[in-house]
Amino acid sequence: MLQYTVRRLLSSIPVLFGILLVTFALARMIPGDPCTAILGEKATPEVCERFIRERGLDRPIYVQFGIYMQDVLQGDFGNSIRFSRPVSQILVERLPMTIELSLAALTLAVIVGIPLGMLSAMKHNTATDVVTMVGANIGVSMPVFWLGLMLAYLFALVLKDTPLWLPPSGRLTAGLSSIPFYDAYGWTLAKDAAVFKLLNFFANLYVFNSIITADWKVLGDTLKHLILPAVALSTIPMAVIARMTRSSLLEVLGREYIRAAKAKGVPHRTVIVKHALRNALLPVVTIIGLSLGGLLGGAVLTETIFGLAGVGRALFEAITSRDYPIIQAFTLVIAFGYVVVNLIVDLSYTLLDPRVRLQ
Amino acid sequence: MTASERVVAEGGRLDAEALGGKPTSLWRTTLRRLFQRRSAVVGMTILGILVAAAILAPVIAPFAPDQVLIGLEEGIKKRSGPCIHLLGCPADQPEHILGVDGNVRDYFSRIVFGSRFSLIIGFTTVGFAVVIGTALGALAGYLGGWVDNAIMRVMDVLLAFPSLLLAIAIVSVLGPGLINALLAIGIVTIPAFARVMRASVLSVKETNFVAASKALGAGTVRILLVSVLPNAVTPLIVLGTLEVASAILSAAALSFLGLGAQPPTPEWGSMLSAERNQVFTAPHLVFFPGMAITLTVLGFNLLGDGLRDALDPRLGRESKVEVV
Repeated sequence: MLQYTVRRLLSSIPVLFGILLVTFALARMIPGDPCTAILGEKATPEVCERFIRERGLDRPIYVQFGIYMQDVLQGDFGNSIRFSRPVSQILVERLPMTIELSLAALTLAVIVGIPLGMLSAMKHNTATDVVTMVGANIGVSMPVFWLGLMLAYLFALVLKDTPLWLPPSGRLTAGLSSIPFYDAYGWTLAKDAAVFKLLNFFANLYVFNSIITADWKVLGDTLKHLILPAVALSTIPMAVIARMTRSSLLEVLGREYIRAAKAKGVPHRTVIVKHALRNALLPVVTIIGLSLGGLLGGAVLTETIFGLAGVGRALFEAITSRDYPIIQAFTLVIAFGYVVVNLIVDLSYTLLDPRVRLQ
Repeated sequence: MTASERVVAEGGRLDAEALGGKPTSLWRTTLRRLFQRRSAVVGMTILGILVAAAILAPVIAPFAPDQVLIGLEEGIKKRSGPCIHLLGCPADQPEHILGVDGNVRDYFSRIVFGSRFSLIIGFTTVGFAVVIGTALGALAGYLGGWVDNAIMRVMDVLLAFPSLLLAIAIVSVLGPGLINALLAIGIVTIPAFARVMRASVLSVKETNFVAASKALGAGTVRILLVSVLPNAVTPLIVLGTLEVASAILSAAALSFLGLGAQPPTPEWGSMLSAERNQVFTAPHLVFFPGMAITLTVLGFNLLGDGLRDALDPRLGRESKVEVV
């Protein structure tokens, strides 16, 4: 087990290094002169020269990469060119939104997708099965941004003045604000301390923050705003999970040991839940890990449509305004997150399937 | 029926067919199986309509995709909803079955012409990825050693990025535009083909018929093209069809973000993007292009699933394995 974990950890180092290299290279290859892009077309050559020297953009490219790696390892992503603020600070403000949205979507996809797949497999070749699978096929074929817009139209306009009304954009209703838990508890903190950044990160997870400060009004409002984007974002992974659960469960249900279990009189439900599902869930777990990549990509679109200030939208805005440090840092964080999640998924096999441990 | 019983039954059926004296090729069998699956038939029908629309676009569409109708038709208003005379729209109003967009162009004509773009997008990106991906995968699998390591590590890094994000990043380097978006999606799609090809090469490399070819003096390229590639065609076709679907989705997303096709190109994602702020006032302008994308992607997905089941009898009818 330990050996497997160590081997798996070591094997992800080259990939992480590769990601660093790619993000660095991409940001450097973006066309256009960063100086005139940031300081404006009227920037004099002297001003530009100082600007480039200050940011180390005149050094050889490998030195720039060395400086970059050193900084990243120390958690320093530089200053955003557009906002003139540390990127890490912007990340702390924006990341929680995206995490909240992705987690909500993933949870929805899992708690709806797996039962749907199970239902479909258990009612194999019946109308239920056909309807579920047709739904799943349509689900994987819909563009996220279109579904989001249509949901916004349906719930914010058509269902206006009904209890089903949902807000089409934003994180909180205007006038309402989430009070950070450290303020609510009356803690006094130095604003530039690393601890503050960390606490701020958690305070920006509105759902978490409102629960621990017992602010139910904000919690309700946050959840209400989260429903539409989460539903839009969850559709594709939900459909993929449902299909995978179905096919995997069907395969397991055809095995000899299931027949043996049935033959010795184990109740139908126990056969499905205890004998079949456990073995069938292994490929489903893999798919859940892989669909996170789609979620993070989809977050760019969902955040744009629903006007949410998350990482995805920030990244997109940074690309259009050539904000190198933000592009580098955010792409890096997202790709790292993706690699780490898939690492966790791989390691979870050892818990789900003892055979992996023995290999 | 258990898996083993099924195989026996299947084998029995095939034997009976063989005894009937009719030689059945792999492709004929595949086609027959494909037509037996309802979902595959639905997929093929959708794609058939799409191809017909793309080819016959100038005949089907009542207007040119970029023709502004101001001055041409009396009383025409921008963003007016669908008007179909058969469904009760007053006869004195000009007929536009999917309405009129913000620049007073016939939306139906634009959607019909858009089918050309979606097909071009799907096939060029996947074509590009297939050629480069299979070549890289074949080299990695056949040569092994450091070549294999180097190629596959690069593929791992590409796969470590969520594909849409990587495509966005690549387009930001190349600059927005349809061609660059296609290139970006093509690059992002390469690893999937490289992996499948490499796996096929590895499984075929050690077989006797490859050893025999080698003994007869065949070179690496010949062995790869004649002995290895035909054995990898099945998974490549299935993957290719499914990747066309996701390429169309990604291209629409890039266009939606303003990084792909630019107005006035009648590309569905770009049309949707242009009218997205009008979703509350003119929902039909958002609904129809999205519907067109969904149906097209659905067509390719259904065909891909059908092909997978038809080409691989070992999988049986119900067990689908996600090719990722």
